[in-house]
Amino acid sequence: MAEAARERRLPLDDKIHTWPHLVRGEFLVALFVIVVLSLWSITIDAPLEEPANPTRTPNPSKAPWYFLGLQEMLVYFDPWHAGVVLPSLIIVGLMVIPFIDINPKGNGYYCFKDRKYEILTFVLGFHVLWVTMIIIGTFFRGPGWNLFWPWQHWDPHKVVALTNVDLPYLFGFRDYWWSAAFGLVVIGAYFVFGVVAFYLWVLKVKGREFLERWGMVRFTITAALFVLMLSLPAKMFLRLVFNVKYILVTPWINV
Amino acid sequence: MSLLDKIKSDIVESHVWKAIFRHGYEDTPRNRVMMVTANVFLHLHPAKVRRHAVRMRFTWCMGGLTFLMFLVTVVTGIYLMFYYRPVAEYAYADMKYLEFDMPFGMLMRNMHRWSAHAMIVFVWLHMFRVFLTGSYKPPREFNWIVGVLLLVLTLLLSFTGYLLPWDQLAIWAVTVGSNMARATPLLGYEGPFADFVGANPIYDARAFLFGGGEIGPHTLLRFYILHCIFIPLVASILMAVHFWRIRRDGFSGPSL
Repeated sequence: MAEAARERRLPLDDKIHTWPHLVRGEFLVALFVIVVLSLWSITIDAPLEEPANPTRTPNPSKAPWYFLGLQEMLVYFDPWHAGVVLPSLIIVGLMVIPFIDINPKGNGYYCFKDRKYEILTFVLGFHVLWVTMIIIGTFFRGPGWNLFWPWQHWDPHKVVALTNVDLPYLFGFRDYWWSAAFGLVVIGAYFVFGVVAFYLWVLKVKGREFLERWGMVRFTITAALFVLMLSLPAKMFLRLVFNVKYILVTPWINV
Repeated sequence: MSLLDKIKSDIVESHVWKAIFRHGYEDTPRNRVMMVTANVFLHLHPAKVRRHAVRMRFTWCMGGLTFLMFLVTVVTGIYLMFYYRPVAEYAYADMKYLEFDMPFGMLMRNMHRWSAHAMIVFVWLHMFRVFLTGSYKPPREFNWIVGVLLLVLTLLLSFTGYLLPWDQLAIWAVTVGSNMARATPLLGYEGPFADFVGANPIYDARAFLFGGGEIGPHTLLRFYILHCIFIPLVASILMAVHFWRIRRDGFSGPSL
């Protein structure tokens, strides 16, 4: 029968019985993980510190490790942006992935070649940015949220000069409104430039035919999210190299 | 016929046995299918799966292990609930009691905590694997969205549980983690444009989360209920949808 199917070029059924083939594997893996978890739990105790005391703030106060990426972002952006807007956009951005990725290839198998840019973007967002920020926040931040090497003593009296200046100030703007206008222009230019660069890049690697198939809405959402994602390393670069505190300074929001 | 065979046949031919077990154990194709379809738990699976979808190097087992970690936290969590009171005066003392006096109390607490951490790592790896195999592509787009919601709920489950020991680690980690809520644009009193809405320290997004202007006994009760009832309930519903959908749509795989 298989021969007949092959001759007629019909798809062969490659299905196997769930019992025992899948259930057996699941059972063994579950058993193994439970054993490891039990041994781990016997040898390593969950932390319990002294009773809660709202009048004694530990230095540093760290969020649970899985949120330390967000806490680390607070170094570069204000809380409303790093703690609320960016996390929301991460969630929304993850949700729209199936709708902006219209590449039919690589559905149900590992393949880097056909999905190079999709996979690289995910690795950049998840591994390079999210996981790296968690590692920095967990192992490299001490009292005052200052940078310490893991082997360094956490000196609570470490003094770090606050030399950060706002970008408009760096460019010589002293007037309040001109500074705000300059900041707005820089951010606007970043997005315009970013989206145009993204457009040209997609045009180059995927071609015009793809862009037409992709459509305006998908392109705009992807470009906006992508440029926004890159704004984190961009701001990190400005801060670490040029000590830039804010790009846009207004009475209401600072970016 | 030996005595043992006689006893065995008496048992498996009995009315009671047949009422419970619908099929024999002989390794026949029919019984293999019945093992799955006639069992409410194994029924999560289809009766047959494609060959590649069983391989560990395809699935990394991460989705299943995330669910296993959830089950471990449910079982150990119920044990902990017997000895823990979500009241500021008692919570910390109950932790000590649990650790030093309760049989297996420390072990249950450790397993609860470490499996919760493992669940987060596994759910991230599961997402990464699903991305790598492109398994969110049609027709499974909606299941990816449900998965993202479950990822968020996993983080929230862990975060709300973080407060319950009511020690220094707990309240300050949750304080730091929740302070962002007061910076919510419009809705947080330190956020942009809060003045236009009239948000203030006791009436804003963070106060809603805390049940008051500061972290306190009200927060402990609130997080306890979120942690033990509300979020597990929502997560269970979404998990049912998640599993149902993948069952309906089938596991992704290369076309034949």
